[in-house]
Amino acid sequence: MKDGVNGVALAVFLFFFVVVTAMGFLAARWRKAENADNLDEWGLGGRSFGTWVTWFLLGGDLYTAYTFVAVPAAIYAAGAAGFFAVPYTIITYPLVFTFLPRLWSVAHKHGYVTSSDFVRGRFGSRGLSLALAVTGILATMPYIALQLVGIQAVLDVMGVGGGENANWFVKDLPLLIAFGVLAAYTYSSGLRAPALIAFVKDALIYIVIIVAIIYIPIKLGGFESIFSKAGAAFAAENPATGKPRGSLVPGADAQWSYATLALGSAMALFLYPHSVTAVLSSKSRNVIRRNTTILPLYSLMLGLLAMLGFMAIAAGVKVKNGQLAIPQLFEDMFPDWFTGVAFAAIGIGALVPAAIMSIAAANLFTRNIYKDFLKPDASPEHEAKVSKLASLLVKVGALVFVLTLDKTVAINFQLLGGIWILQTVPALVGGLFTRWPHRWALLAGWAVGMTYGTWRAYATPSATQDHFGNTNLIPLIGEKGYIGLTAFALNVIVVIVATFVLKALKAPDGEDLTRPSDYTADAGDPGVRAELPPATAGAPGGH
Amino acid sequence: MSEPPEHPPGRTAAQASADGHKPLLTVGNPVLTVPLIVAGACLAIPFVAMLWVDSYARLTPALIGIPFFYWYQMLWVLVSTLLTVVAYVIVRRREETVRRERHAGGEEG
Repeated sequence: MKDGVNGVALAVFLFFFVVVTAMGFLAARWRKAENADNLDEWGLGGRSFGTWVTWFLLGGDLYTAYTFVAVPAAIYAAGAAGFFAVPYTIITYPLVFTFLPRLWSVAHKHGYVTSSDFVRGRFGSRGLSLALAVTGILATMPYIALQLVGIQAVLDVMGVGGGENANWFVKDLPLLIAFGVLAAYTYSSGLRAPALIAFVKDALIYIVIIVAIIYIPIKLGGFESIFSKAGAAFAAENPATGKPRGSLVPGADAQWSYATLALGSAMALFLYPHSVTAVLSSKSRNVIRRNTTILPLYSLMLGLLAMLGFMAIAAGVKVKNGQLAIPQLFEDMFPDWFTGVAFAAIGIGALVPAAIMSIAAANLFTRNIYKDFLKPDASPEHEAKVSKLASLLVKVGALVFVLTLDKTVAINFQLLGGIWILQTVPALVGGLFTRWPHRWALLAGWAVGMTYGTWRAYATPSATQDHFGNTNLIPLIGEKGYIGLTAFALNVIVVIVATFVLKALKAPDGEDLTRPSDYTADAGDPGVRAELPPATAGAPGGH
Repeated sequence: MSEPPEHPPGRTAAQASADGHKPLLTVGNPVLTVPLIVAGACLAIPFVAMLWVDSYARLTPALIGIPFFYWYQMLWVLVSTLLTVVAYVIVRRREETVRRERHAGGEEG
């Protein structure tokens, strides 16, 4: 790390930050609706986004700064195992192709703002909807915190924040400012702010990746040399475990882990609240389907990005904290001004998802906790107000999380978040296709999956600590696999068995407010309005 | 190609399910046609290819110095995208056909 502050890089970084901030505030006027005081407007951008805006929004949302730092960092640490992010983002699109259009249709028809809204309408159970809302919020919070970690990594490498010896206030001041600004424009512009900023973010990211993937290998003597150096580094023994540090190809005993991590992560990706928020903000079914065919461009980028992990090894980047490997590689390799561009890409790459995630978590809180349990007669204006305040609280919470707890806590929770989100699949995805499961059975399955997943993850040592590993032996199969997927299988079994039992006992079934045709409705169909009237914000619910 | 009208069961089922007159299966359309099976296959193939890790867990042949394991999976990003496009075209045509037939059938909204 160079001594002191990298002035040129910092100036470029600040320039982009100011541009983006201005855009964030101006976004409030973009496609402004006449009546903007409701959740459809603030929390879903008026449900008006077309194919390209949705593409940028989802791309900006799913491929976060943390992804950009963590995926190459995983490759840097262990090699092939970290590459599962690529098959994961390949199979997620054919998967969501089958169910997201149905979610869009039913949500549009009934004015659902969150996935829990749908579950309540479908199964007539506020308890189930609450369980899923809490799961979503819990899984999102550490994810927001990790975006902050991404910004921190960049600031650290730039030498901003006064180094290790400065007092905590000076050290964290830049982060506080960045987040304060983010909170302010999210509050005033809602989902329109990240949607607009996503254009800048993605343009920067694409430029940086393309330059990096061409420029750095040339400097390092080509891919052949990069991979032979990386292969040698992975073969060396890790003194802590007595095993090789990693490998260029997953060995026979690591393939189940690789496949189950890819599958489980693919299933979870679009059930995160921030994904659902971005999906529901699009204006038609086909916008979503078209997006499943253009979003993989980001997966390709992710694959190229993963290559940077090998380059960091070949370039001899030595960092104690793996998260700093890529920012450090950039600073070592690029001229200062382009380092600034690259860091701006990562920094803005953190702001976009952080904004969407906080909006998504706020919507869940407002619709499925506040309105369902605390104030059933909340007007659409009141809902929007509560949601705005909740988005501030969520961000403050994430900030406190990062500033007071060790970074690994956020990473552990994010890992748990993935396991937890998977446990919402039976009610959410299952519910889109069938009404057969009983609401209490779904709740029981969720509880079992959550408990099992959390317990197993805690009991499993990871590469760096005694707890919070993500793969362990799968019962009956005897191979190591993703704990989240095992928990999900258990969840499904419980749902099936309990449904049979509850139906035999004639347990009272909840009311289903949806009709089969709602799941295929599209904008422009008879009875489906392209623009939702504000009244639908008070959707038909269980009250 | 799009659905030819010589599938009257498909049409009726789609109509009824779209109107919700009868409690039908909510899973898509019960009548499977060849294009729909093709679409399903297009969506299923990437799962088989990617989850069968042993089929690509090797170093050679390398491409411009990148081991097989890595470039092969990145190639699959493109292959699976093409397959999804095929599925999208098939599904969209089918939906348009169903919609046209419903309007032609004189349904009132």
